[in-house]
Amino acid sequence: MSSRGPLLWRIGEVTDLIPETPRVSSLVIDVPDWTGHVAGQHIDVRLTAEDGYQAQRSYSIASAPEDGRVSITVERLDDGEVSPYLVGEVRVGDKIELRGPIGGYFVWRAGGPRPVLLIAGGSGVVPLMAMLRHRRAVASSTPVKLLFSSRSYEDVIYREELDRLAGGEQPPDVVHTLTRSQPSGWRGYKRRIDAAMLEEVAWRKHEQPEAFICGPTPMVESAANLLVAAGYDPTWIKTERFGASGGG
Amino acid sequence: MSFISRGFRGKRKQGADTSRVPPGQYVEQSFPVLSAGPTPRITTSEWTFVIEGEIDQPKRWTWAELMQLPSEEFTTDIHCVTKWTKLDTKWRGVSCDTLLEGVDTAAEYAMAFSYGGYTTNVPLQDLLDHKAWVAFEYDGQPLHPEHGGPARLLVPHLYLWKSAKWVRGLRLINEDQPGFWESNGYNMYGDPWREQRYWGD
Amino acid sequence: MEQSDLKVDGNAIGGLLREIFTMEVTTAETTCAGCGKIHAVGRVDVYMNAPGAVVRCPACGQVLMRIVQGRGRYWLDLTGISCLEFSAEPT
Repeated sequence: MSSRGPLLWRIGEVTDLIPETPRVSSLVIDVPDWTGHVAGQHIDVRLTAEDGYQAQRSYSIASAPEDGRVSITVERLDDGEVSPYLVGEVRVGDKIELRGPIGGYFVWRAGGPRPVLLIAGGSGVVPLMAMLRHRRAVASSTPVKLLFSSRSYEDVIYREELDRLAGGEQPPDVVHTLTRSQPSGWRGYKRRIDAAMLEEVAWRKHEQPEAFICGPTPMVESAANLLVAAGYDPTWIKTERFGASGGG
Repeated sequence: MSFISRGFRGKRKQGADTSRVPPGQYVEQSFPVLSAGPTPRITTSEWTFVIEGEIDQPKRWTWAELMQLPSEEFTTDIHCVTKWTKLDTKWRGVSCDTLLEGVDTAAEYAMAFSYGGYTTNVPLQDLLDHKAWVAFEYDGQPLHPEHGGPARLLVPHLYLWKSAKWVRGLRLINEDQPGFWESNGYNMYGDPWREQRYWGD
Repeated sequence: MEQSDLKVDGNAIGGLLREIFTMEVTTAETTCAGCGKIHAVGRVDVYMNAPGAVVRCPACGQVLMRIVQGRGRYWLDLTGISCLEFSAEPT
């Protein structure tokens, strides 16, 4: 996989559509001559209307590099321009124009010695899921914790797969917090990520973890600041900020 | 460009009176927020507006003084260089004619400058004769910071990047100079009806 | 809308930067010409909801880069970066 040379727009074909939650679906895209990717990278998707009008958005690649296919997971925003098309209009067999893989800062490759802390807000979980899928695909034993903030139980993207991962070999430690509503009997966290929660969940600073935080800008900045206040070296923390709503 | 995304239209609505839509624009129902940086948070108690530069004595107003000036409600169309046009937007503001009244200057241009550092250049003639305002209400409400409040310049006959948000003054200058976007590719004048978006247009 | 809502980071312009530079730029390190602090491009503040992309230093807020595209051209202002450091090896 070369990261040199121009990044060309290519046409892929949607081979599968997977509903994940009421508002979120994954699209599996077959991209001819795909050169592969690293967990954490994204693609740019470009839509063109018949009169030439174009709209473009970035989507993190959800699939593991070992998968061979490119899948993205998109949250449909009601007032969005691109997401209601990708989640709602697109059918299996449709072609999509995309370029990638893009990114080199917010990436993780298994094999290093340091434990990993993943913090996700809503659809910010997508690149972190690629990292977890990669970790499973290469049977890595790197200790990893995921702290995942969602609005409600129904909105937890990849919920069943995360349950399976957490119950499988070399499991990641998955901790959910549901910030707006919780099912009856819920004994987990019910609030936004704060210092006390990180104190209970995150790796201690002497373990020198790598941290990846992804989600809406305010949530990412808050979590990063809290980790630094807890003694993490800022260079241990990589962030990807989506803006208020995570795309559109 | 040959690839078309089946079934994609975007959010644009059809059916507007096309004589009001400059070339290359589409009509937008919402009011998109565009910004080159963090939103300044300026209280009306600290706000001032100044006209300075090629003028004997700078003229300065506090918010209270601005509110003493005659203001007017007006409805106008606005055109953003990012291609959206919004029709029939309602504002209240003080006309730049009022602010420039009695200003004795040989300067032919003005550089509008804002809290947060934004600048944009406008010929002085384009601020006169009922073509420009310092606007402080939108749609009957105090202008929200995300749209440039407490007050913004409004020059609706030019692309909206000339309507400096968070405006805090006009510097009168003898020769035209490029502001923030004009120095990085955008047209010095910016007439949407002649589609003057970029350098060389 | 909160002030930080329109702010994203250098990851969001990764594709745009690949149109201009021949290699991945988000891993490059920028030295701010204003305050001298060094940040990975993936970490800097980016405002894309604008007539162009405005890239700012997360420490001091000064403009690092401006990128405008239109009519088949790019206008690139890098004067806010006093040094941009890249790896010579492809990642």
